[in-house]
Amino acid sequence: MSTVTAGRPKQNREAIYLFLPALLPILLFSVYPLLRGLALGFTDARAGLHVQTNFIGFGNFGKLLHNDLFWSSFKIGLIWTLSVTILQFVAALGLALLLNTNIRFRGVARTLALIPWAMPPVVVAIMWRLLLHPTNGPVNEILQNLHLTDHPINFLGNFSTALPAVIVVGIWVGMPMTTVTLLAGLQGIDRSLYEAAAVDGAGGWHQFWNITLPQLRTVIVAITSLDMIWNFNSFGLVYVLTAGGPGGKTMLPMLFAYNEAFRYGNFGMAAAMGDVMVVIIIVFLAFYLRNRLRSQA
Amino acid sequence: MSRQRLGTRPATRAAQYVAVVCYLIFLGFPLVWLISTSLKSPQEFASIDPSFLPKHPDFSNFTDALEEQGLVRSMLNSLQISVASTVLVLIVSLPVAYALARFRSRLRPITNGWILVSQVFPVILIVIPLFMILRPLHLTNTIPGVVIVYTVWSMPFALWMLQGYVAAVPRELEEAASVDGASRVRTIVSIVMPLLRPGLIATAMFTFISAWNEFFFALVLLQDPQLKTLPLVLARFVGAEGQVQFGPLAAASVLATVPSLVFFAFLQRRLTSGLLSGAVKG
Repeated sequence: MSTVTAGRPKQNREAIYLFLPALLPILLFSVYPLLRGLALGFTDARAGLHVQTNFIGFGNFGKLLHNDLFWSSFKIGLIWTLSVTILQFVAALGLALLLNTNIRFRGVARTLALIPWAMPPVVVAIMWRLLLHPTNGPVNEILQNLHLTDHPINFLGNFSTALPAVIVVGIWVGMPMTTVTLLAGLQGIDRSLYEAAAVDGAGGWHQFWNITLPQLRTVIVAITSLDMIWNFNSFGLVYVLTAGGPGGKTMLPMLFAYNEAFRYGNFGMAAAMGDVMVVIIIVFLAFYLRNRLRSQA
Repeated sequence: MSRQRLGTRPATRAAQYVAVVCYLIFLGFPLVWLISTSLKSPQEFASIDPSFLPKHPDFSNFTDALEEQGLVRSMLNSLQISVASTVLVLIVSLPVAYALARFRSRLRPITNGWILVSQVFPVILIVIPLFMILRPLHLTNTIPGVVIVYTVWSMPFALWMLQGYVAAVPRELEEAASVDGASRVRTIVSIVMPLLRPGLIATAMFTFISAWNEFFFALVLLQDPQLKTLPLVLARFVGAEGQVQFGPLAAASVLATVPSLVFFAFLQRRLTSGLLSGAVKG
């Protein structure tokens, strides 16, 4: 085991050689932009080529506090993140439990469960626009045939239905990752726990609450906190579905920031929005890391 | 699993089947509808009473879509960018993944921290500085610029995957080679690489697909219509809602999905065994 017994300095040196080709691109195009991005929120940077950039402290944040669009986009972002993550979790847990039984169609369901993951987000958005289309879409067709509505609904165009519709699409897209992760967790549970419980006469529900959920705890906390972060950062799907409309009803924080930066050229303001997002993300990340540390202990 | 074996009541069983069918419809119907739309003639699409499956399937939507000059060009752009960034990611990541899996160096916790941060950071904070760095280098609005960005931003996930594959290669094989006097580089090339082939293929496919599907960076970095990637062109079609022809749009969407479907079919088993197990189990 020469690699382990060799002193740390030697290992550090060898590791550095192997890192060398990656180091420059990572520093220049990843680490530096990360730090610069954080700092930009405290400046008045604009899009133009030769515009002077000044440090303005918390100026952008002060303006954001008085911006109604910021508050509404933030609220929409949280509603979207929480609803998608929680509903997706419930749906994915149900599917994972089913896939973990000896039920028929398991193979088909498993394959189908992965498909949303494989599709480009832009294609997913186009597909759901076809499905939800007011005149040619099957969803309206079905609802009308069942007499649940007497006139076609423009799901993505109505103030009251746009956000729920977008949330349904979000759930659809995120199901695979969550299902697969939960399924892997389920398969890791020691079966003898169930057998022992069954001998003691515990029924299905009892086993679910007292064995499955507690055993899955670590996996559940990990995947939900990551899902929260990914959903909070979501952009492409909603951009193509509604572009934030109608009337800003689906204006997620990322869409707000994108418009601010690349429509109005306010780089500093957009970065300030990004900084606020980082604060929220750190909260979710804290859950993730605490959970990880605890599971290693 | 044992729960079922220890006597599932018929009612429970029935409920399970109902649930599975609901899931199958929710997950599968959208895709079936997309494919079915892509195979419908314009007349059939416009009919007031849309049918689930096309009555006279034809491929005219596909030929129409491929006749759109912009679409074919965008496919070639996407292909170029995805291939180039995949090759670069593998070349740059393999040595790093090896070092991460094999050495207890100080770089390991730092890199793993960077991998995590890069997966959760809001991209808006990255794209603005990237734009500001690439512009003076004349790399905005160029394919090499996008390739650089994709390479760097695919690396965290590639490293995550590759690390695991390297760790699975038995260390004893390498020690035997080094006893025989082979250098570290020689060992990596002739011992580790061949054993890593499945891992390299999987990582390559992942990188390819994430570049092929990527939208946000491309949206910001590519303005020239000649250089736009497939997702950008598809998204632009949607924007022109009034004139948009749904048949060709659906056909183009199906074509855009083919590479990923092939890849997922190929990797299915590995994916279901828990790709994120590293992230989840710690």
